[in-house]
Amino acid sequence: MAHGPAKGLSRWFYTTNHKDIGSMYLWFSFAMFFLGGIFALVIRAELFQPGLQIVEPGFFNQMTTMHGLVMVFGAVMPAFVGLANWMIPMMVGAPDMALPRMNNWSFWILPFAFAMLASTLFMEGGAPNFGWTFYAPLSTTYAPASVTFFIFAVHIMGASSIMGSINIIATILNMRAPGMTLMKMPLFVWTWLITAYLLIAVMPVLAGVVTMMLMDIHFGTSFFDAAGGGDPVLFQHVFWFFGHPEVYIMILPAFGVVSAIIPTFARKPLFGYSSMVYATASIAFLSFIVWAHHMFTVGMPLLGEVAFMYATMLIAVPTGVKVFNWVTTMWRGSMTFETPMLFSIAFVVLFTIGGFSGLMLAMAPADFQYHDTYFVVAHFHYVLVPGAIFSITAAVYYWLPKWTGHMYDETMGKVQFWTAFIGLNITFFPMHFSGLAGMPRRIPDYNPLWADWNMISSVGAFMFGAAQLLLLYNVVKTIRGGKKATAEVWEGSHGLEWTVASPAPYHTFTTPPEVK
Amino acid sequence: MLSISKRSLALLFAFSIVVLPSLAAAGEWQLNMTEGVTEVSREVYSLHMTIFWWCVGIGAVVFGVMFYSMFAHRKSRGAEAAQFHHSTKLEIVWTVIPFAILIAMAFPATSTLIKIYDTADADVDILITGYQWKWKYEYLGEDVSFFANLSDSSREEIYTKDAKSENYLLEVDQVLLIPTKKKVRFLVTANDVIHSWWVPDLAVKRDAIPGYINEAWTYVEEPGLFRGQCAELCGKDHGFMPIVVKAVEQGEYDAWMAEKRAAAAAVAEAAKQTLTFDQLYAEGESVYETYCAACHQAGGEGIPGMFPAIKDSTIATGDIKLHLDRVINGGQGMPPFGEQLTPVQSAAVITFQRNAFGNNMGESVQPIDVVNFKQGQ
Repeated sequence: MAHGPAKGLSRWFYTTNHKDIGSMYLWFSFAMFFLGGIFALVIRAELFQPGLQIVEPGFFNQMTTMHGLVMVFGAVMPAFVGLANWMIPMMVGAPDMALPRMNNWSFWILPFAFAMLASTLFMEGGAPNFGWTFYAPLSTTYAPASVTFFIFAVHIMGASSIMGSINIIATILNMRAPGMTLMKMPLFVWTWLITAYLLIAVMPVLAGVVTMMLMDIHFGTSFFDAAGGGDPVLFQHVFWFFGHPEVYIMILPAFGVVSAIIPTFARKPLFGYSSMVYATASIAFLSFIVWAHHMFTVGMPLLGEVAFMYATMLIAVPTGVKVFNWVTTMWRGSMTFETPMLFSIAFVVLFTIGGFSGLMLAMAPADFQYHDTYFVVAHFHYVLVPGAIFSITAAVYYWLPKWTGHMYDETMGKVQFWTAFIGLNITFFPMHFSGLAGMPRRIPDYNPLWADWNMISSVGAFMFGAAQLLLLYNVVKTIRGGKKATAEVWEGSHGLEWTVASPAPYHTFTTPPEVK
Repeated sequence: MLSISKRSLALLFAFSIVVLPSLAAAGEWQLNMTEGVTEVSREVYSLHMTIFWWCVGIGAVVFGVMFYSMFAHRKSRGAEAAQFHHSTKLEIVWTVIPFAILIAMAFPATSTLIKIYDTADADVDILITGYQWKWKYEYLGEDVSFFANLSDSSREEIYTKDAKSENYLLEVDQVLLIPTKKKVRFLVTANDVIHSWWVPDLAVKRDAIPGYINEAWTYVEEPGLFRGQCAELCGKDHGFMPIVVKAVEQGEYDAWMAEKRAAAAAVAEAAKQTLTFDQLYAEGESVYETYCAACHQAGGEGIPGMFPAIKDSTIATGDIKLHLDRVINGGQGMPPFGEQLTPVQSAAVITFQRNAFGNNMGESVQPIDVVNFKQGQ
């Protein structure tokens, strides 16, 4: 007894439909992506040339902090949860997520968390200004009053992520169609299953560390205050025990997306499926034992440095396996280069470059020179922007015909790809150079030695921003109309989501399909 | 698709030939890490270059195969898709080879790291303390210590429209002197938040953490001037607390040290004199600009919610003891200035604050009052 969506606004408030909730997650993430992007453009505008022209140092710090927080927790993570909501039930042949009401709740608390976080910009003393890594005691004893709102917002975001993860795990483990064994699941489902376990493991750690901050600020404890017998380095250990798995939370689902797209447009099965699954699991495991490579300069004992250096270097092995498998999937395929494929290929190349700089950063002695410079900024933007953002964009183009029933405009898609691709490289590649030349990160003003690279970065940043407006245009245009999409959409597509009509009906797989 | 990518490439090319050279005239294009001036920094540099070339090599192979495939195995050239999807042999090969490369890299990395950690048997010990937003240097066992602030010349340039000078934001009011051909140990800590003491030419970067004393060392062979900055976000003026280290020969170092000791004695002597109101006010004004204005602002108005105003403040217009206490011991997020300022400077700045910005208390504080207050605690 399938019935359609409710009418009006109540559809969105009360919905328990995975497709509605997926769409809300994606739109929310898109809105946050623009908000975080505006913060980034303020930073790049100030850094266009030496001297202070546009903002004051205190506000500059609020911008770097809010940019990081909004992009990590508001843009990237909700986008992947949105994709999971839309695609996982359709990929495993389930009618909906396992816990639909909780699904509604885990989305709807997010806008409140971010409204609260954004409101700190208008508070006396300003928004959080201690960097997205919020190292104590800068974020406790020396923080603006708004830090309490930040802590509450992080608690809500964490609750949302944990509920979302429980839902995803329950769906994958309990609701697969008959015949879909674990090792037959699409790789996107696999990577999300592993990501969900990472989230459940580390979000409580984040909640713990912000709660300790709250206690230090308001209840007189001294977890992180040396004067009271506490330990500022403890903060960093706890934070990065969350923080390093967190960066893989933002990249593992991207691996899943790319592992779906490359085989489609190479018209060839994914090479080394089982090694991809094992590599993902290995990366997830390693993510728990490398956290202190973010802290090579805090003065750990030699043995600690060496152990974390070796463990970090090991990550290159399973990550390499993934890249080699993607390249071999393309090898002797029959490739076409539609927009999702272009974004995926750019992902493989640029993410690998980010991986290379990661390997360089793993060398503890060299890290003494790289640490906290623009080289690090270049590194993590190379893994996050062409990594997470490009894979999300690729996913949007890839599944948009399935969501809307319309094909997007291929020419406009390619225009957007090239604008984004060129803009990205102009923005972030020069940061390798300014960093190696000695420019520290998180500074509002700098010596003229780094002026040229910064000017180029700033030009690229505005170009990259313009590319995202094109994405918005393309998505809206596709929703409003366009060539009708077939059920398969792509010539080389494989999987259950391509067996249902386009646009996907409001309810799919109310009777489970048989998987052979 | 091809036409679009060609157009984009043409644009990029146009950008690179038209815009880049004009930018080049404005500054320099340093691409790479400095080799530095010490044995350790040169080892770090060579480690950096070795791992870099490994990455370039691996990238050339992987991307080479990929780009060849993108060219040769495209549907528009009539490529038929093969259907192979598994090879255990290949998976083992591309697991083992990277592993072997990593082991090869681990050896030089570990040996350099061991060298960096060998802080024993130093000839000179310098305690470095990070403050918001300045560095304090203390030569242990020498009775010499001083603070290094961003130089006034750099500070004055921040808001001007002119091209910045060569050492903009990398100039300090007092450089850290070290002797050449001596093992110098840095003991690094902080007084408020976490800072990080970084001089690229020495390849020394150590976090300055309250409650911890981290160790680092250097051995500079030739005299020279080396510039660096705080590397850990430490609040508003994180970008404005540079480091300048000057390495000089032992003779010059000894002479400088003697001069510093004499200056310290002079400061103690100066604390005994009585100054006129005008002398105190004038001195106080310049101390205020260097030490107070960054937070409390040049006009004493503060920043609401972050830094309280001096103008009409309860402390600057209230009990003089409380004012002394706040300046010397800090409080409510303000760092203590008792050690950074000489008694003359403390007395002057308190006098200034109680009479400037319309506070007009008409009182002055003498250096001896400051000394007595400190002793009375």
